[in-house]
Amino acid sequence: MLSRIAEALFWIGRYVERAEDTARLLDVQLQLLVEDPWIDEGTACANLLSVMGAPLEDAQDGDGAPAPRADRRTVLDRLGYDPYSSASIVASIGGARENARRARETVSTEMWEVLNTAYNTVPTGRWRAVSPHTFFAWVRDRTSTVTGIADSTMSRDDGWLFLVLGRSIERADMTARLITSTASLGGPASRWPSLLRACGAHETFLRTYRGLEDETEAAEFLLLDRLFPRSVVHALAQAEKCLAELESSGQRAGVFDEAQRRLGRTRAELEYRPLADVLAHLPDEMERVQRTCSAASDAVARRYFSSGEALTWMGGRA
Amino acid sequence: MTPGASHGVDAGGGLFDGYAEAALASGAWDEMFTADMGVRETSAPVHAALAGTELRDLRGRADALASSYQDKGITFAVGGEERPFPLDVVPRVVSAQEWSVVEAGVAQRVAALEAFLADAYGPMRAVEDGVVPRSVITSSSHFHRVVAGIEPPNGVRVHVAGVDLVRDAEGAFRVLEDNVRVPSGVSYVLTNRSAMAGAMPQAFSDQRIRPVAAYPRRLLAALRAAAPVGVDDPTVVVLTPGVYNSAYFEHALLARSMGIELVEGRDLVCRGGRLLMRTTAGLRPVHVVYRRVDDEYLDPVHFRSDSMLGCPGLVNAARAGNVTLANGIGNGVADDKLLYTYVPDLVRYYLGEDPVLPNVPTWRLEEPEAREEVFDRLAELVVKPVDGSGGKGIVIGPAATAVELDQLRERVSADPRGWIAQPVVRLSTVPTLVGEKIAPRHVDLRPFAVNDGSRVWVLPGGLTRVALPEGELVVNSSQGGGSKDTWVLADDRPDDPAPVRSRSVAVPPAPSAPPDAGPGGGGAADVRDQQQQQQQVQQRVQQRAGGATC
Repeated sequence: MLSRIAEALFWIGRYVERAEDTARLLDVQLQLLVEDPWIDEGTACANLLSVMGAPLEDAQDGDGAPAPRADRRTVLDRLGYDPYSSASIVASIGGARENARRARETVSTEMWEVLNTAYNTVPTGRWRAVSPHTFFAWVRDRTSTVTGIADSTMSRDDGWLFLVLGRSIERADMTARLITSTASLGGPASRWPSLLRACGAHETFLRTYRGLEDETEAAEFLLLDRLFPRSVVHALAQAEKCLAELESSGQRAGVFDEAQRRLGRTRAELEYRPLADVLAHLPDEMERVQRTCSAASDAVARRYFSSGEALTWMGGRA
Repeated sequence: MTPGASHGVDAGGGLFDGYAEAALASGAWDEMFTADMGVRETSAPVHAALAGTELRDLRGRADALASSYQDKGITFAVGGEERPFPLDVVPRVVSAQEWSVVEAGVAQRVAALEAFLADAYGPMRAVEDGVVPRSVITSSSHFHRVVAGIEPPNGVRVHVAGVDLVRDAEGAFRVLEDNVRVPSGVSYVLTNRSAMAGAMPQAFSDQRIRPVAAYPRRLLAALRAAAPVGVDDPTVVVLTPGVYNSAYFEHALLARSMGIELVEGRDLVCRGGRLLMRTTAGLRPVHVVYRRVDDEYLDPVHFRSDSMLGCPGLVNAARAGNVTLANGIGNGVADDKLLYTYVPDLVRYYLGEDPVLPNVPTWRLEEPEAREEVFDRLAELVVKPVDGSGGKGIVIGPAATAVELDQLRERVSADPRGWIAQPVVRLSTVPTLVGEKIAPRHVDLRPFAVNDGSRVWVLPGGLTRVALPEGELVVNSSQGGGSKDTWVLADDRPDDPAPVRSRSVAVPPAPSAPPDAGPGGGGAADVRDQQQQQQQVQQRVQQRAGGATC
C-alpha cells in the first residue's frame, strides 16, 4: 500500500473520531453550563478551550482592549462551526473529506459519499440556525455512518489497520481530554454521569457497577475498563494491536516499533499503578496520555509515511 | 412549414416551443428533428419520453442530476473551485449505422497516427517519401528528440486516444482534431451513463443502448499488454499531478475502477534505471505508468527542471526498457494541428486505405498563398493555434471585432507555423434543457479509442460536449460547456453477442429457504409474547371491570 494512501487513511480515522468526540464533549459540556448553577461560565469555557488545545489569545498588549471573555458563543464557534479553527468539528470533517479525496481510489464510494455530503452540508450555514444539540446529533450520526460503512465494506488489510490505528490513537487522546475537562471543573461529583453520557458509557457503567455512582468508579471505568471500547486503556490496547499486526514479524525480544513502545508504556503505567495514585494526579496523567498519543502519531508518520519531503531537482543545464 | 412538421413539435406539450425556429435559424444539422421538423427514427424513443414529461418534472430531474454529482464529488475544478460536472438530461442518440462509420474512422486514424509516431521517432520514411515535410515534424513544440529511438515493448505509443468529431450541416462526421497526448473526459462518459439510467429509465428500456462500462477493463488490459518484456504480472499505476488538477476526479475514477494505485510524482523514485513506488512495506517496482501528467512535467532531468509533478529519471527508465509510459512521450507531434492537415495523406501512405472520416478543410498558414487568402477572408473563418487545447486562443472570425482581427493578423504574420485557419463549421445541434425550455445547442463528440497492440478498440459512446450559450460554437468544459450522455444504439448484428448470451444463461433460480427468523422479528409472534399480550388485555379488562364496580 502506498505510503501516501496509508497516511490519508490514518488521518481519516483520526479526523472522523475527532469530529465525533468533539461533538460528544461539547454536547455534554454545554448542557452542564445550562444545568449546573455553580459553574462560572467564563472560567468553564476558558478551561474547555484550553483543554481542547484552542485557548483564546491573551489580550493585545498595550492598546488596553479588554481580554476577550470566553462564553458559550466562543466555545461553539471555535470548537464547532469555525472552519478556520483547527480544533473545530467543521474543520475535522473538512480534514477527513480532504484526505478521502486524496485516497479516492482506495476509499469505498459509499464512505466517500458520506464524507462528501457531510462536508457539502456544512458551509450552507444551516447549522447556526438550529440548536447546537441538533448539530451534534447530526455529527454523531454522520461519523457513525462512516465508521459503520468502513467496518462493513473495507477489507482487513493494511489500509484498515491504519484507519483503526488513527481512530484508536485519537480516541485515547480525546477521552483523556474529556476526563480532564470534567475533572478541571471540580465541584460536585454529579458531573461524572454527564461525562459518562458523553462517552455513551452511562448505561454500560450502570450495568457494570450496579448503579453505584461514584467519581472514582466513573474515572476508573473511563480510564481502565478493558471491555468498554471508548476507555483510554482499550483504545491504547487497540492501537498497539494494530501496530503489532502491521509489524507482523514475530519478534522474540522487546518491541521494535517506537509508536508501539510508547503506547504500551503509557497503557502499562495506567493499568499497573494504584488507581488512587492516578486519580490524585489526574490532569497530569491525562496530559501524559495526550503527549503519548501525539508522539506515537509522529512515530507512525516517520516510520510508515516517510514520502513527505519534496525533492527539488537541481537541473544540470541551468 | 408543413402541417405535419408542426405536429411533431407540438407533441412535446410546450417543451419544444420555439425549437423549430431556433433550429432553422442556426442553419445546422439537428440530430433529433429533420429539416421539416419530423422526428428522426433513432431519436423517437427519447422524444417520446420527453413528450410524456412535464417541464417541472424534467427540471426536477436535471436538478437531481446536478446534486447527485455534487454529492458523489463528480466535479471539475474551475479556478480552484469544485463545480458539479454539467450533464444535460436530454441524451444524444447515435444510430448503429452512423456509429459503424465513426468506429471504423477513429480506429483507422489511430492506427495511422501510431504508424506515424513510430516513423517520426524512428526512420522518418514519410519524410523521405515526401508525404510530410521534415520541418512540420521537427518544428512542432511537442516533438521531443529525447525519446527518439525508444521502442515501446509492444510497439504502442497511443494507448488511449480521443478524436474530436463534429457533424457538419449535411450531418456527416468530420474530424476536428486528434488528441493522443493525455485525452481526458472518459470518466464523464462512465458517470453520465449511470446517472442517466436513474434519470430516464423508460428511454433506456425502449431501445438497446450499447454499454460503456467495459472501458476500465479494456484500458487495464491494454496497459498490461504494454508491460516491459519478461514481466509476467506487471504493476500498473495511474500517475496524477494531484488533487488540485482539474481532471483529478477522472484519474481517481480510472484507478479505482481498474483496481490499481493512483500515484503522485512524490510517491515515485527511480533507482538504477528502474521505477519504484514508496509503500508502507518499502520500495516496490512499477512496470507500467498510465500517466496523466504532461510531457513537460514528467521528468525534470529532461524537461522542466522545476517540475515537482514527475519523477527524475523516468525517461531513462523507459529507455532502459524497465518501465512503459502510456501514452508515450512526444506524442504531441501527432496531434499538432498543422500535422492534422497531413493526416489523410498519412492514412493513405501507411495503411493504403482511403480515410473513412474526412478532415475539416484547413489552410496551412505557413504557405504564403493560403495566408493571403485567409487574411482576405479573416472575418468569416476560424483561426486556431496549432498546439492549443481546451479551446484556448481560438479566434472566430464572425464573432471577432475589427481590432481583434488586426491583432490576429499581426500574430499570425509573426509566427505562421503556429496557426491554421478553417471555415466556420455549423456544428450539429441537439435538444438541450436551457432554463425553462428545450432549445437546440451545438455539440461535438469525443470518442475514445484504446490500443492494446493487436487492435484498436473504440468505446461505443463518447463524450458529447455542449456549448450552452445560444449560437456558441466553441465547445469546451473549461469554457462553461455542458455534456450529454451519448447513446450508441445496438444493431442486431451477431458480432455484439453480449445481450444474447446473457439471455440464454438466464436460468430461473431454485427456491431457497426463507431467512432465519430471530426473536422480535416481524413474523409469527413468540408464544411467550402472545401470553404477555393476553395478560395485558386481561389486566386491562380487570381494571375496567374493577372501575365499573366502584
